Amino acid sequence: MLRKRSFVKPVKKISMEQNTSQTFFDKIWDSHVIRHIEDDVYLLHVDRHMVHECTSGAAFAALKRSDRRVHSADLTYSVVDHILSTAPGRTGETFPGGREFVSLLRKNCAEHDLELIDFDDPRQGIVHVIAPELGIALPGTTLVCGDSHTSTCGGMGCWAWGIGTSEVAHVLATQSILQRRPKRMRVNFHGKAGEGVYAKDMILHLIGQVGVAAGQGHTVEYAGSAIRGLGIEGRLTICNMSIEFGAKAGFVAPDDVTFEYLAGKPYAPQGQLWDQAVSHWRTLCSDADAAFDREVDIDCSTIRPQVTWGTSPEDVSSLDQPLPDPADIADPVRRRAIEEAFSYLGLEPGKPLAGLPVDVAFIGSCTNSRLSDLEAAARVVKGRRVAANVRGLVVPGSAEVRNAAQAMGLDKIFTDAGFEWREAGCSMCVAINDDFVDPGKRCISSSNRNFEGRQGPKSRTHLASPATVAATAVAGVITDECGLLS
Amino acid sequence: MEKFTKLDGVAASFPIPNINTDAVIPASYQRTLKDDPGKGLFAGWRYDLDGKEVPDFILNREPFRQSRIIVAGENFGCGSSREFAVWALMRFGIRCVIAPSFGDIFYENAFKNGLLPIILSPSQVDRLHDHLAKTNNPSLTVDLEKQIIELPNGESVPFTVPPSRRTALLEGLDEIGQTLRFGDEITDFQRNQKVTAPWVYARPQYSRSAKENADARASIA
Ligand code: SF4
Repeated sequence: MLRKRSFVKPVKKISMEQNTSQTFFDKIWDSHVIRHIEDDVYLLHVDRHMVHECTSGAAFAALKRSDRRVHSADLTYSVVDHILSTAPGRTGETFPGGREFVSLLRKNCAEHDLELIDFDDPRQGIVHVIAPELGIALPGTTLVCGDSHTSTCGGMGCWAWGIGTSEVAHVLATQSILQRRPKRMRVNFHGKAGEGVYAKDMILHLIGQVGVAAGQGHTVEYAGSAIRGLGIEGRLTICNMSIEFGAKAGFVAPDDVTFEYLAGKPYAPQGQLWDQAVSHWRTLCSDADAAFDREVDIDCSTIRPQVTWGTSPEDVSSLDQPLPDPADIADPVRRRAIEEAFSYLGLEPGKPLAGLPVDVAFIGSCTNSRLSDLEAAARVVKGRRVAANVRGLVVPGSAEVRNAAQAMGLDKIFTDAGFEWREAGCSMCVAINDDFVDPGKRCISSSNRNFEGRQGPKSRTHLASPATVAATAVAGVITDECGLLS
Repeated sequence: MEKFTKLDGVAASFPIPNINTDAVIPASYQRTLKDDPGKGLFAGWRYDLDGKEVPDFILNREPFRQSRIIVAGENFGCGSSREFAVWALMRFGIRCVIAPSFGDIFYENAFKNGLLPIILSPSQVDRLHDHLAKTNNPSLTVDLEKQIIELPNGESVPFTVPPSRRTALLEGLDEIGQTLRFGDEITDFQRNQKVTAPWVYARPQYSRSAKENADARASIA
């Protein structure tokens, strides 16, 4: 009997494990399949559809052309954020170039009976900032939005990803989406990051290590002690930049930090439903022996504050590192890319990035515009002045962040230092409204993309954490927190 | 969606990796649905700060003003989800992009509009770049039915596109219409989810009522 059992058990165990061990992603995927279409293509249910003014206009128009209606208005959430002016005291018309999209969204929401969070709503803000903040983004759900940084919401433990406008129309009309099953990657951030090293530095460091195409076709689970040690806002920052190394989405499995953050949020479930939800959410973690298609390990103790020196987020290093010399690069394509980036940014090989004068310092965007970001920047700025050569802007991610910061007196710290204190929106991250960097000018920015022209035609962008942006604003030249203090 | 069957035209070589959608069309060209997005295609490279054409830029030279195909480097269309990138390419006249890999969202957006993204191995793409750099007849024929790219010298390069996407392009299918055939299954899914995960549907009362929406509509009309 015993012998028989010991013979049977291991075999059974192995086959059980092969059949049942799942990653966090597998669990979400499986619970959202409506239908298998063919090969690796499935029709999935969308639990949360976030809509904003810039990528929805053409989608609603497509609906109208084919005489279709919004399928599930109760799972659709709309907000204006991208093209809206961030000038203090703005209205929907303050930036005239934005009027078309803002009024289109109003009209479309009215026609389809959708709730719209308009410019003057106390819940207004960047779509990826308000979805977690209001408790719209819930663990275990699928969430899409016509914007690539939708992955931000993965920090809440949902599977959130960006879609195009045709897909927006498809989701509006069917509350479902066609998907190829992505591969699974896990990034383990081990150890503990040092003083002055933030979530932004962790993710920039990762992208510098793996390159901008490493995540293609994958969803990424962020794990490890350094991730567990982060608050929700830091996790949102990490997940935000998943797209910057090509991943479809990034997420952190929910834990007590997530539940504490969510409890009592206006759109989160309440009472008995809340208890029921939390006990379900606790089951979502990747099983201990679940297999990933790719794993990456990062030792956080070695990470220093990061600043980008090129026109791609992978062009990044700490300020104590010399810039690469194209002459040393063997790969001709990479060499040419670096040469072009240097020429675009007005940099010379061999010279350090530290000490380079900047013209603009931007604290904002869905990467780094939450309260903890503003607190970190304010700590650096307090009692100091923005250098005379620098225009400093602080653009909170949402009205709620703005109000909370004001209640703490952060606005006063920023304005006393000479920063502009603006209304919530995307602002100088994408320069689709009138917040842009002038041609040839250099900006240190807490946003997520340093592409050519991203912050305006011929603008030059260096990405960094809010603390590094603040330190640079004060010094007038690129530096990090330690550099400012030393 | 526009049909795609066979395309014969000028191919422009962009042997650069990671061409992002901000480069394909900058944000400032996306403030309206009324203008021709083709004008914004590669605007940062195509025009100087005064809006004048940069003479060296490939799409400002003949015969590349008539380009129908782009041969690019890896990770073409990475970055922003903007479908304007596909619309700008198509309005300029581009119906096919050939690259070793694509940004995921761009790849989806392309198919949905009838722009064919073809993935070839890096060495095959390099061969096309070499060919285009040397030839004085920079044209290619892309045959989706046969899944073959033909060079003027008679060489041909096979490619594959997932079968359902190929059919959709060949027939110009309406994807939403296709999905709505499964409308009952979507309804069933939601009915079931309301039991297994009721919190997904626990939304507080809309702050903006139907009445307020109607008023908003009236004020816009
Ligand atoms: S802040 Fe920037 S990256 Fe984020 S949603 Fe707005 S435009 Fe996109």
